[in-house]
Amino acid sequence: MKALLNWLDDRTGVRDFVHEALFERIPGGARWRYVWGSTLVFAFAVQAITGISLWMCYSPSTQTAWESVYFIQNQMQGGWLLRGLHHFMAHAMVVLMALHLMQVVIDGAYRAPREVNFWLGLLLMQIVLGLSLTGYLLPWDQKGYWATRVATNLLSVVPVVGPQLQQLVVGGSDYGHHTLTRFFALHAGLLPGLLVFFLALHVALFRRHGICHKQPAKGPDAMFWPDQVLKDAVACLAVMIVVLVLVAQPVNLFLSEHRWPIETSHLGAELGAPADPSNQYSAARPEWYFLFLFQFLKLFEGGGEQGELLGAIVIPGLIMLSLFLLPFLGRWNLGHRFNVGLILILFAGIALLTGAALNEDYRKLWTDPSKFAQLPEIIDEVGTDDQKIAAHFQNDKAKIDKFQEDLIAFEKYKKSKDYLEAVEQAETEAQRVTILASTETRIPVSGAITLLRNDPKTQGPKLFAARCASCHTYAEPAATQGDAQPAKEPAAPNLFGFASRAWLKSFLDPKHIAGPNYFGNTSHRDGEMVGFVNETLKDWPAEEIQNAVMALSAEALLKRQANEDQKDLSRIEAGRKLIADAERCVQCHKFHDAGETGSAPDLTGYGSREWLVGMISNPRHQRFYGDNNDGMPAFAEHPGDSPENMLATHAIGLLVDWLRGEWYEPPDGDTQIEIASE
Amino acid sequence: MSKPSQSSTRSGPAAAPPTPRRRFLTQAGALVFGGIVCLVPTLSGLAVLLDPLRRRSKAGKFIRVATLDSLPDDGLPRQFPVIAEHVDAWNRSLEPIGAVYLRRNPGELRAHCLTATCPHLGCFVNYDDESNTFKCPCHNSMFQVDGEMIEPSPSPRAMDTLECKIENEEVLVRFQNFYTGKTDKVAKG
Ligand code: FES
Repeated sequence: MKALLNWLDDRTGVRDFVHEALFERIPGGARWRYVWGSTLVFAFAVQAITGISLWMCYSPSTQTAWESVYFIQNQMQGGWLLRGLHHFMAHAMVVLMALHLMQVVIDGAYRAPREVNFWLGLLLMQIVLGLSLTGYLLPWDQKGYWATRVATNLLSVVPVVGPQLQQLVVGGSDYGHHTLTRFFALHAGLLPGLLVFFLALHVALFRRHGICHKQPAKGPDAMFWPDQVLKDAVACLAVMIVVLVLVAQPVNLFLSEHRWPIETSHLGAELGAPADPSNQYSAARPEWYFLFLFQFLKLFEGGGEQGELLGAIVIPGLIMLSLFLLPFLGRWNLGHRFNVGLILILFAGIALLTGAALNEDYRKLWTDPSKFAQLPEIIDEVGTDDQKIAAHFQNDKAKIDKFQEDLIAFEKYKKSKDYLEAVEQAETEAQRVTILASTETRIPVSGAITLLRNDPKTQGPKLFAARCASCHTYAEPAATQGDAQPAKEPAAPNLFGFASRAWLKSFLDPKHIAGPNYFGNTSHRDGEMVGFVNETLKDWPAEEIQNAVMALSAEALLKRQANEDQKDLSRIEAGRKLIADAERCVQCHKFHDAGETGSAPDLTGYGSREWLVGMISNPRHQRFYGDNNDGMPAFAEHPGDSPENMLATHAIGLLVDWLRGEWYEPPDGDTQIEIASE
Repeated sequence: MSKPSQSSTRSGPAAAPPTPRRRFLTQAGALVFGGIVCLVPTLSGLAVLLDPLRRRSKAGKFIRVATLDSLPDDGLPRQFPVIAEHVDAWNRSLEPIGAVYLRRNPGELRAHCLTATCPHLGCFVNYDDESNTFKCPCHNSMFQVDGEMIEPSPSPRAMDTLECKIENEEVLVRFQNFYTGKTDKVAKG
């Protein structure tokens, strides 16, 4: 062993090298205040190790980036830990960098002869921030996608070359495969390469100048090894412990319902739903350490392109540049004090802006909504008309001011509420897509976004809100009856649990049929069906009505009701006979072989997938309401996917599946709505 | 590296020597803590790197490869793609996962199946209808129509046969991959 070492030393001088590296003299002894630089080197080493491991599993393209990250996070052993370490160590690195910078300025370590090393440090800081920015996009989830889009769109305000610059960074005129390959090459190749290069210079220069020791010395001189190394190692351990705690996500652990076994999607770094340019994401925010820039830019709102240029590029650039000048000012003692003050003010400003940004987003959490209870009413009454406002408050100046103040607070409250709702919605979609991706069928080659786009549970409510909710409601009747009437009277029936037994039972109830949940606000309120329910049906024995309800509901073939339908076969049979009785339903309706279409909807297959698709496609068809149709549009009047149709067949299918409560749920997952059956 | 010969560098007076016990504790502490913090990222990276070893390819099922019509009993090998459910990390899709040569001898109602993968180092073996032999384009291994090796060939064994059967006028094959370069045919799994 010794001989081998001698041989090696003879040829390389390795002993001297190690000796030099380890036995650096530290005047005044090892101190805790010297650890920051070492923790940063350590953090970078962790990023390199975890980064290269992640690299081996990551695939940068719009159809595989999210998918491969999902696979790392949820399917590979220890993947969540690896990703979590990389993610939170990046955060730690930013914090450590700030501490290092502050310590260097306060201790005067940037002054002659260490100016060049200070500049190298500032350069390294830019590189690390660049790494953060590029890394944020790589998972290609909604959060990273939209936030990075905002960041790169800002590039276009750069004078003259802005648009070209943006195009170069994005790798085309729009986000796509080449955005990812570029960002990845920057993140894993160019930037780390530059970082290693400048870090080597930084450390070499540091060694050349020796440590900038703090006066007065606390004790006798010591050596880097082992005294300072021990302190450095303990500091690194502390950093690692903090990072590991963040990775374990203790908050999530306590909040999540299924505590054990913990799902890997709740551990480590978050992964949002896959990026979707067609799905708005109102919660796009940069990482928290860039929030201050985001907030700073808001100060220039209304400044147009010039304002954006100023807020996003010129002023931050000038501040950064001024940091490069600190060493010159630092030559005088007064200048040094100024520098320390400057850096403290800078950090205070950053803290303030970050706080303001967080306050804007989260203020709903600590605002009491009851103080806005009266506001909507007053707003409805007076609008934005100053005279009306003055009249309402009898020209009481104090009251008017208070009202204006409340109005602003209310606006902010609503904005924060929207933000938090968007975050929650994004989390729901992220969880949903993870469930869908974890099935046996895995992820289609077209990417995980297809899973969400084809998921009735995700798309149904959106389609309903966009296309149906202007007339229909969709709410559990219990929630809308009694005092809690919806603010706006619906113009069409409540479709919650459509064609289920509970829905049909209330429909055939004189108390409800002309109510807001059914025909109350439609032209059918005075129609024959309401008359029939009020006059004829009340004489039917309850047993018979229930049989008819069961029979009609069975036509829908609702999966959620399959067990009941199976159980009540004989009553369903009895009900079918009642419906088909020439004296009863088929007087107006058609039901299988009995009755005729033309005067009322066909009850054959009522509420089934095919029936609903037909109904939504064209309610004016003879099979449905014909000429009695009350204002419901035909969403797909023309056959096939004609461009003239308001909705594509695919979308109607999703809507119908959602209305019928048919979507994938994992075997032990709780089904979302339990349609009440009697 | 734990035993410095001298405790001074280029300049300055030597530090006051600490007690040996204290010195040892400092060194041990530095090594242990330093070791722990480096171990965490290394181990988590290693876990992920070793993940592929956990994954097994499922035992091959019989897959429909051709109709009986497309395989006349003339004793000549014909090439067919094998299209199957293919699981590739996060994707599952229906796609070609390989190719086979099927052959039916005159009058026989059973098929013979050879995988098109060369047992030498895995190139795609061609069938040459002029010489009625299989030829590998990479290192010139040659095989007879029944897969037997023609010496001299660099391949260590004959072409790999696959189980196949005829059902409802269709030829089904149990597709598998084998380790190449070995004298024995060992299925990958
Ligand atoms: S791979 Fe076929 S001969 Fe080498």
